[in-house]
Amino acid sequence: MYKKAKLLRTLGVASAAAATMVTMATTSGASAAKAPVKIGISLSLSGDFSADGLAFQQGYKLWAADVNKAGGLLGHKVVLDIVSDASDPTQVVTNYQKLISNDHVALTFGPFSSLLSLPSAKAVSRYGYALVEGAGGAPSVFQAGLHNIFDVSLPVANDLVPFSKWISSLPAATRPKTVAYVTSNDPFTQPQVTTIIPTLTKAGIKAVYNKVFPAEVTDFTPIADAVAAAKPQVVVLGSVDVPTVSAFMQAFEQSGFTPKVFIATGGPDQGSTFIKSVGAGNANAMMVPNAWYGGSSNPLSQKMVAEYVKLYGGTPAGVSSDVVEAYSVGEVVAQAVRATGGFDNAKIIKYLHSNVTLNSAQGPVKFNALGMNTTPTAFTFQWQGSKFVQVNPVVDKNSVKVLFPKPAWTK
Amino acid sequence: MNSTALLSAAKDGLMTGSVYALMATGLTLIFGVMDIINLAQGILVILGAYLSYALQVHMHIDLFVGLLITIPTMFIVGIVIERAFIGRLKGPEKTAMSILVTYAVSLLIEGALNMIFTTNDVQLQGSYVNQSFAIGSVHFGYIYVAGFALAVVLLSALYFMLYRTRFGVSVRASLADQTSAALVGIDVKRVSTICFGIGVAVTAAGGMIYGATNSFNASTSYDLISRLLTIIVLGGMGSLGGAMLAGVGMVFIGDMVGVIWSPIWSSMSYFIVLTIVLLVRPQGLFGKQSARVA
Repeated sequence: MYKKAKLLRTLGVASAAAATMVTMATTSGASAAKAPVKIGISLSLSGDFSADGLAFQQGYKLWAADVNKAGGLLGHKVVLDIVSDASDPTQVVTNYQKLISNDHVALTFGPFSSLLSLPSAKAVSRYGYALVEGAGGAPSVFQAGLHNIFDVSLPVANDLVPFSKWISSLPAATRPKTVAYVTSNDPFTQPQVTTIIPTLTKAGIKAVYNKVFPAEVTDFTPIADAVAAAKPQVVVLGSVDVPTVSAFMQAFEQSGFTPKVFIATGGPDQGSTFIKSVGAGNANAMMVPNAWYGGSSNPLSQKMVAEYVKLYGGTPAGVSSDVVEAYSVGEVVAQAVRATGGFDNAKIIKYLHSNVTLNSAQGPVKFNALGMNTTPTAFTFQWQGSKFVQVNPVVDKNSVKVLFPKPAWTK
Repeated sequence: MNSTALLSAAKDGLMTGSVYALMATGLTLIFGVMDIINLAQGILVILGAYLSYALQVHMHIDLFVGLLITIPTMFIVGIVIERAFIGRLKGPEKTAMSILVTYAVSLLIEGALNMIFTTNDVQLQGSYVNQSFAIGSVHFGYIYVAGFALAVVLLSALYFMLYRTRFGVSVRASLADQTSAALVGIDVKRVSTICFGIGVAVTAAGGMIYGATNSFNASTSYDLISRLLTIIVLGGMGSLGGAMLAGVGMVFIGDMVGVIWSPIWSSMSYFIVLTIVLLVRPQGLFGKQSARVA
């Protein structure tokens, strides 16, 4: 009797073990049956945009890790095929051609900057691929009339509008009287700066300097000195990166010139990279337009920021907006893949053009016929001490009071 | 446009131009003695800046004191590059091959710097970096004045070495004609190696000043090398005096054009000047037409 019970117990354990093994084999067999899906990306890992390219790489990798942790895209593990374009509009075209025709990637994600996104979209359109990107919001990108490009971020033309409204709304007694417009000849910066000139002019703020400088400048000091010599109370700087803003700030400090308001279109949004370059004291009251910041209350953003900080360290204020722009690209494409049930680019393009509203860490995403995201609102952010806070639009409940006028330079 | 803007541009042109002159002098010295076009000069300037950065951040060594370490270090780096890569180039295609080889060296160093320091921009810091003094309405940044002084001292030292020492005689003889120099007993190979070391050593000083006045990462080297090449072509390939004059002149003209017309024309102005000069003097301002025939 005892022996029979023991035998039955042994058989039961063996059966359970066998069943478990069969289940495990089936599960792993299912994963093995689905080949990884390769996503092709060209990024500026060297050249003028390399700091942004690196931040974009972090964003894409963070997204891929999250997706794979959750079982992949439709059960396929995501593999990123990232190649460097050296910030070169010619190399970026070669890269996407290689990614599609040689590496046989299933999907393509965009590079950094409007300058590179447009030629990239043209290149991948010849293969019928969609190019979803996070940093190609210049008007020139959409004016090309391409059907396959989708920018998940804020279109740049109206970035500075909340800022111009705020400064125009100041009481006449405190409103600045003069402004300098100085911008790089870049499709990202120039439209932003030119858009607000009529508003500020109408508010009686006179332009004492209005010049464009070439993108490949190595020494900004003479340009910054010329701006300082004009003594504007407001400086609107059309910059793409941290070095440009940093050079102007340094030259202004050496000239003993502190504008009452200093806003730059790019650079101060680069979190800890910006602070390390200019010093926390000097960053105080520096302003930048954007649609997102590390302290955003969007749950998707909070999740991404928490993961970023866990992986790379730092604080939410130190997270570059490039990271979330790249991460959002992945989120939007993932939703399109799931909705269409596969990796067919024609179906994905049709789906993204279908007026559907998608979610991302930057907020809702809805594309118009040109691939422009129509939902985001432009905000202005400002460094106040070690905090990066939203200050415009002033009517928004999350906006805090603008630090105005800007305190004197101090490291 | 006001007088302050003009005077400031003139001051910037002179101060910054002298630092470019220093960097370009190294490049033209290397070409003059060795027939080598060193495309790695830009990344070596950035390497010099990163050395100063590393000393400052990790050992808290002042930027100028750090030059006592970085200049000899860069000299050794130059010797190593010359021995490992440049010295092996022979034959009539040597100059053309040097472009490829030094570009490869440049990519190697760029890759290494990106791995060590990442591609995030950094800038050299110091209590005096953002400070300035005023003469009338024109402000002089201490770092720019110090950079100007450093360039003058190092260029003077270079001049002294070339025109007042026995080694300088060997260098000038090699500059004029390597074959004849070898025939009179000059060890041209040794002179070449040392000159390459000196040409690279000056990048330590140029890099430090550049890094204290601009944010930089490894890819900044591309903008630098294009400007340095323009300077030595204008001055005359192999001409030290030409490099000095062209360095100051080109930056000065660019800065003045930027203030009087627009910064968008600054870079263009270099190339307009270069084109005009080359049409009139294909060998550059101070280049010798027959010097490189042998």
